Amino acid sequence: MTTRLFGEPVQRREDPRLITGRGRYLDDLGAGALAAAFVRSPHAHARILDVDVSDALDVDGLVAIYTWEDLPGALAEPLPLLIPHPALTHGRTAYPLAREIVRHVGEPVVMVVARDRYLAEDACALIRVGYEVLKPVVGLEEAAGGAHLVHDDVPGNIGAHLVQEVPGPGGETAREAVDAAPHRLEFRLDVERSACTPLEGKGVYARWDADDASLRVYSSTQTSTSVRMAIAAKLGLPLPKVEVVAPDVGGGFGVKIVHPWPEEILVPWAARLLNRELKWTEDRREHFVSSSHERGQVQHVRVGFDDDGRLLGLEVEILHDHGAYTPYGIIVPIITSTQLLGPYKVGAYRVEFSSVYTNTVQVTPYRGAGRPQGVFCMERTMDKIAAYLGRDRTEVRAANFVQPDEFPYDQGLTFQDGRPLIYDSGDYPEALRMLKELIGWDSFPEEKARAAAEGRRIGIGVGCYVEGTGVGPYEGGHVQITSDGRVHVSTGLTSQGQGHETVFAQIAATELGVPIERVSVVTGDTRRFGYAVGTFASRAAVMSGNAIALACRKVREKALRIAAEALEADPRDLEITDGMVHVAGAPSASIPLATVAVLSNPLRYAFDEEAKRATQFAGPASDDRPPVAEGEEPGLEGRDYYSPVRSTFAAGMHAAIVETDPDTAEIRILRYAVVHDCGRLINPMIVEGQIHGGVAQGVGGALYEKMVYDEHGQLLNASFMDFLMPYATEIPRIETAHLETPSPLNPLGIKGAGEAGVIPVSAVLAAAIEDAEGIPIDRMPISPSDLHTLRRSR
Amino acid sequence: MKPPPFDYHRPATLGEALDVLAEAGPGGKVLAGGQSLIPLLNMRLAAPARVVDVNRVPGLDGIEAGPSGVRVGALARHAAVERSPGAAAAQPLLRQALRLVAHPVIRNRGTVVGSLVHADPAAEMPAVLALLGGAVRLASLDGEREVPAAEFFTGPMESAARPGELAVSAFFPALPARSGTAFHEVARRHGDYAVAGVAAAVTLDDDLRISAARVACVSVGPVPVVADVTAVCGPRPAASVAWDAVAAAVRDLVEPEGDIHATADYRRHLTGVLAVRALRDAASAAHGEES
Ligand SMILES: Cc1cc2nc3c(=O)[nH]c(=O)nc-3n(C[C@H](O)[C@H](O)[C@H](O)COP(=O)(O)OP(=O)(O)OC[C@H]3O[C@@H](n4cnc5c(N)ncnc54)[C@H](O)[C@@H]3O)c2cc1C
Repeated sequence: MTTRLFGEPVQRREDPRLITGRGRYLDDLGAGALAAAFVRSPHAHARILDVDVSDALDVDGLVAIYTWEDLPGALAEPLPLLIPHPALTHGRTAYPLAREIVRHVGEPVVMVVARDRYLAEDACALIRVGYEVLKPVVGLEEAAGGAHLVHDDVPGNIGAHLVQEVPGPGGETAREAVDAAPHRLEFRLDVERSACTPLEGKGVYARWDADDASLRVYSSTQTSTSVRMAIAAKLGLPLPKVEVVAPDVGGGFGVKIVHPWPEEILVPWAARLLNRELKWTEDRREHFVSSSHERGQVQHVRVGFDDDGRLLGLEVEILHDHGAYTPYGIIVPIITSTQLLGPYKVGAYRVEFSSVYTNTVQVTPYRGAGRPQGVFCMERTMDKIAAYLGRDRTEVRAANFVQPDEFPYDQGLTFQDGRPLIYDSGDYPEALRMLKELIGWDSFPEEKARAAAEGRRIGIGVGCYVEGTGVGPYEGGHVQITSDGRVHVSTGLTSQGQGHETVFAQIAATELGVPIERVSVVTGDTRRFGYAVGTFASRAAVMSGNAIALACRKVREKALRIAAEALEADPRDLEITDGMVHVAGAPSASIPLATVAVLSNPLRYAFDEEAKRATQFAGPASDDRPPVAEGEEPGLEGRDYYSPVRSTFAAGMHAAIVETDPDTAEIRILRYAVVHDCGRLINPMIVEGQIHGGVAQGVGGALYEKMVYDEHGQLLNASFMDFLMPYATEIPRIETAHLETPSPLNPLGIKGAGEAGVIPVSAVLAAAIEDAEGIPIDRMPISPSDLHTLRRSR
Repeated sequence: MKPPPFDYHRPATLGEALDVLAEAGPGGKVLAGGQSLIPLLNMRLAAPARVVDVNRVPGLDGIEAGPSGVRVGALARHAAVERSPGAAAAQPLLRQALRLVAHPVIRNRGTVVGSLVHADPAAEMPAVLALLGGAVRLASLDGEREVPAAEFFTGPMESAARPGELAVSAFFPALPARSGTAFHEVARRHGDYAVAGVAAAVTLDDDLRISAARVACVSVGPVPVVADVTAVCGPRPAASVAWDAVAAAVRDLVEPEGDIHATADYRRHLTGVLAVRALRDAASAAHGEES
């Protein structure tokens, strides 16, 4: 039994439970609870004239019907705008239930509570809402044209407009640098909408305890602490009387960091009002039309470069579609604008985005959060430069890399955390070398020629990215060793399947020198840890991982102090191995951590044999010192926080070989290779799993998934029959290699890994298809039908 | 995504099933594998007053294969027919097509006959029945009737089965000696309904020249589009057929529509490509049978 577990491919401890059906997801809870269902707008843009519930009143089992008029106090106000920004001059959020106007299909208008979900839906079907249909605004360019407005008081539909500029080395503007460059290119790129689509949708289950005047809420959320604060504020409850628990959560990918969702405050409110347990489980159609989407952008690029393909100036104009509301601010286009730079030095840079309203589902971060679009932009630019100069695509990239000796490297921009965009560490030339070797880049031309001789079309593509991970402000960890020798770790951020129970236990086991079997981890339960931000931005390992390590170090120090006294040794000579504190080199002089835990808590009462040791007549305690020394606390526990100065920057490079069918235009991925650098690896197996999942989502976004809105603002493919999330059968085997450049910013030297896999996939596959076909690919996703159309129009 | 209220019946005999269906009339719906009906109910796209679950009715799950063809009972699952050696020997196209129907778990529940009655123009089994000139046997309190494929598929999701009728079996005829079949399709993901697909049957004469060639195309019309291409293909050995002309002929016969997954032009193009692939494979299968 080893205790040095950091860096080992420990099997995921949560899996036996999750894959044998013993997970407890939101809908597994509250079997007897009442059910909520919602009447949602069938129109993209309309004025509500009246709501007629008379027919619904006949439904046996109906409990309550609510509209906006019923909502009291703060509940009747618009939902919070979570991340304000000075450039977001016209931020707008929805009401929990629509007030007068609906602005996208799926917006909740009426809430129904009934004995079960079947009856609640029956009642919904009988409620008649009268609408005056207004002109819908659909499509980015149409919205930016401003002929019709999503919000009457938002001229031109522009919610935010932001320009960031970094002058070139000689102080020249991007415009000047591009104009003066020996070579110039100008082009337009399009990325369509997709969405997180976790297999478990959202869900909320609330229990009001009238005797205790307290509320317990379970939510399928990425942030239980912040949902708790939102509920307390919206319902006017004292914070200590509200508990929020994230149970097992079947995927989030960003959509569940948005909060409070209307249902997250309406369900607790109604549960309290009715004094009945109440649950709402989102169904798939609801998820498509009333959660969040992402990705949709149009980009205009102007780039100037020299004969070696070195960038001298880059100008990017982005039109970003944020849907009907902006509860999460403009984080997505900010990330696109800044992370677009990737591992490169671009000379002078100017990026401008307009974030516009449309009568569609709101846009908030989805795994990758604006980076896939930014990387698509930059990597397409690199490929176009290479094609223009007739140079190898990897050479052009290498010519622009930030070099290993240039870290920390300041890109001169402001990142999503409001801090300067400074890369902490990395080794991009080495990553590229590893990738080329892994995929066989240099021998590919022969392979391609051989295939061509057989009438087959194959192509190769490459894409690089840098990802700011582990954004602040902070996370905390609490570690307690109880007198049975068990180690209880808790942190406030939540888990959605990433493997936190395993990696946090690895960190604790390593720091404390205990067997991992003795460590248990709780996340996302405000009863255990009240201060947290949440799980997003590839931050859990960096933030909570470091906080837990720091908390463990406090506990370890205390344990050594107490053990030293008991062993009459110097704490500096002590080590902990397999849960035993012992003198280094003298294992016989030892004391179990369990006993240290007993000794840490002076007792008056003995309730078992172990406890006797800590009672007042048990030992030779000194008479002139208080049992709990000054500055000490009873118990063997510690709490600490990790708050970074700024983000840490992970990086990676992907390459793919695809085959396109000359007749059917089908696109098949033959090989997919990933070189990934997330600093020190806590668990390489889990990192690989994260990469695999990310690449799978990336393949979805590149070849299968899009949100198809018609001109009326109806989402035409709001089901898994027509929204084509890839199956396992569509995902290639993924070959991975790891590079470890530790982060100098945090004690463990780690960087985030959660989102990475998805980021460059569209860029890589576009490049490979372009290479196979010899047709520029400037719009993603691409389907066989799209490729056929491109071939026809050549 | 919960169904509206309905009465649930689970008859124990065929007679009982027909009684309930007669009583229910247009408000009755047969529940077989449920792989299409349950989603329709859950999305409230169908609201039958009565659902008649025939899964407990004995004697409906037969798969009888003989020299003249294969009779498939109403409760024979896709998977059972796919795995039946007798069915594969008598009519190889069944297995070739069933491998393309959905995923294994869905094939474990879904029924071949249910798929015929459901009459999705993108589905494989209606095309197979249409290509082979098979028939569906319908039972009601008035007795039984046999409806040939050409009359059975009346429109998208519409069949000749009337209220009160239960489809008890379907018959897929065997082909003459020196015949071969194949099914080629393009689906967006494995197991999805096809963007376009073509089933083909080819018969060779004594000199191994093509003497009969037929295709049935899915997803390019309201019902499976059957085309006889014997004139363009034969009487020639497969190796000397002008396949481009065959593709063009098939493309001219179909009138696909565009949707969110594919343009009409792509579907038409694809149907030509797949028709040639299926016909060539069918011809070599016919050769293989000869040798
Ligand atoms: C994810 C998914 C993918 C699929 N992909 C494909 C595919 O690629 N190709 C394909 O062909 N199918 C596909 N299907 C459909 C599947 O093959 C269904 O099983 C089939 O269409 C219907 O068979 P069933 O037994 O499930 O019928 P049910 O769902 O029980 O019934 C379907 C309809 O037929 C009627 N019906 C059924 N049996 C009888 C009967 N004996 N007499 C009278 N009426 C009857 C019902 O009343 C109902 O209207 C897919 C289904 C799913 C869920």
